[in-house]
Amino acid sequence: MKNNILEVSAIKDGTVIDHIPAGNLFKVISILRLEEIKETITFGTNFQSKKLGKKAIIKLSNVFFKDSDINRISLVAPEAKLNIIKDYKVVEKKIVEVPDEIQGIIKCVNPKCITNHEKIITKFSLVDKKKIQLRCHFCEKITDPSLIEKI
Amino acid sequence: MKNKSLVSITDYTKGEYLSILDTAAEFEKNSYQDLLKGKVVATLFFEPSTRTRLSFESAVNRLGGRVIGFSDANTSSVTKGETLYDTIKVVSNFAELIIMRHPLEGSARYASELSKVPIVNAGDGANQHPTQTLLDLYSIRKTQGTLDNLKICMVGDLKYGRTVHSLLMALSQFGANFYFISPDELKMPKEYKMHLDSLNLHYQESKDINENILDADIIYMTRVQKERFSDPIEYERTKNAYVLKGEMLSGCKNTMRVLHPLPRVNEIDQEVDSGPFAYYFEQTENGVYVRQAIISIILGLK
Ligand SMILES: [Zn+2]
Repeated sequence: MKNNILEVSAIKDGTVIDHIPAGNLFKVISILRLEEIKETITFGTNFQSKKLGKKAIIKLSNVFFKDSDINRISLVAPEAKLNIIKDYKVVEKKIVEVPDEIQGIIKCVNPKCITNHEKIITKFSLVDKKKIQLRCHFCEKITDPSLIEKI
Repeated sequence: MKNKSLVSITDYTKGEYLSILDTAAEFEKNSYQDLLKGKVVATLFFEPSTRTRLSFESAVNRLGGRVIGFSDANTSSVTKGETLYDTIKVVSNFAELIIMRHPLEGSARYASELSKVPIVNAGDGANQHPTQTLLDLYSIRKTQGTLDNLKICMVGDLKYGRTVHSLLMALSQFGANFYFISPDELKMPKEYKMHLDSLNLHYQESKDINENILDADIIYMTRVQKERFSDPIEYERTKNAYVLKGEMLSGCKNTMRVLHPLPRVNEIDQEVDSGPFAYYFEQTENGVYVRQAIISIILGLK
């Protein structure tokens, strides 16, 4: 039984996303549209973490992300770390970066924003990377991270 | 600026503001020019704003152009549930320029990205109304001879007033010194003060209108609306504290002028109108020249 969890979830080739805040695991899953992936996905949550309190991990077989896609999770998992696995070995480690511009994913907080009334892909630019403050490209209002709501 | 939509005051540079103001000054000297002869401009007013619409339509007419459009969403297909997307896709086939006012914020930016022809934003909710800002700049430059390093006193609703926000953004490029005079509930939002801090520009905040107007170059008045107050008693207490009266202006600089985006309710006493400091009615006249300049520059006619 030793290392049971690890053996079940060890992957030959693919990506491991670690240090996801446990509460945001399902947001990460939906931002990355993992429900559409046909490969084997393992995830675990509520692991103890010194940094995050409780963290979640996702392991994806044969899935490799483009930086521009993976960086989208930085809004909900800014501390996330990626291990790229090839032939059971970690060949590359990556951290996520908050992008300068974010399309889709989040909803504008302003109820009077046109994006909440017509079928429009939202677009935000980052005005403050540290506090993750986003300015709506359309109504120009600032969306605070605590109010970030996924579409 | 040719073919470039005017959605937000920050879309244009300082140099572009100045060339619009210079062109507006030419139109002030000679307003009736057939530059738009044979051309069609659409005015789409999804919410009524008679003053702004008439100013734009006067500008187009003075340029010899024709106007199509609607003055109220109730008289258009919007009431049948047509999307803004469809309206813009259709109307951009009918006109060479679309002037649009809409109650939703960001609608003008969205329209500018859908339209084949340039969009001039005539107000998108509480967000932007850039032609108002340009006519304010024109009025300030005309009365003061410059836009550089002026003392600008903004009075009233500084929290929700989009005109003061846009004017602040524009004037901050000219090194202005600001006095913000408002009740506590309606103070200038932090983001604008941070913007001034980042440029090392000076500003002062006060609740007292008498305190700070004596060395002002411009007093920019705004309406204090009842619906902005969470506490109606607070409104009753403050509403008369932000009314400009004739006697308050004695001792002001001779060159000082009072501006107001209009319509006013009671925040400028009528006795100020006949004095030397009132400039708000001339300000509306300037609006026509500035709109003539914007339209003809965007259409590449100037
Ligand atoms: Zn928005």
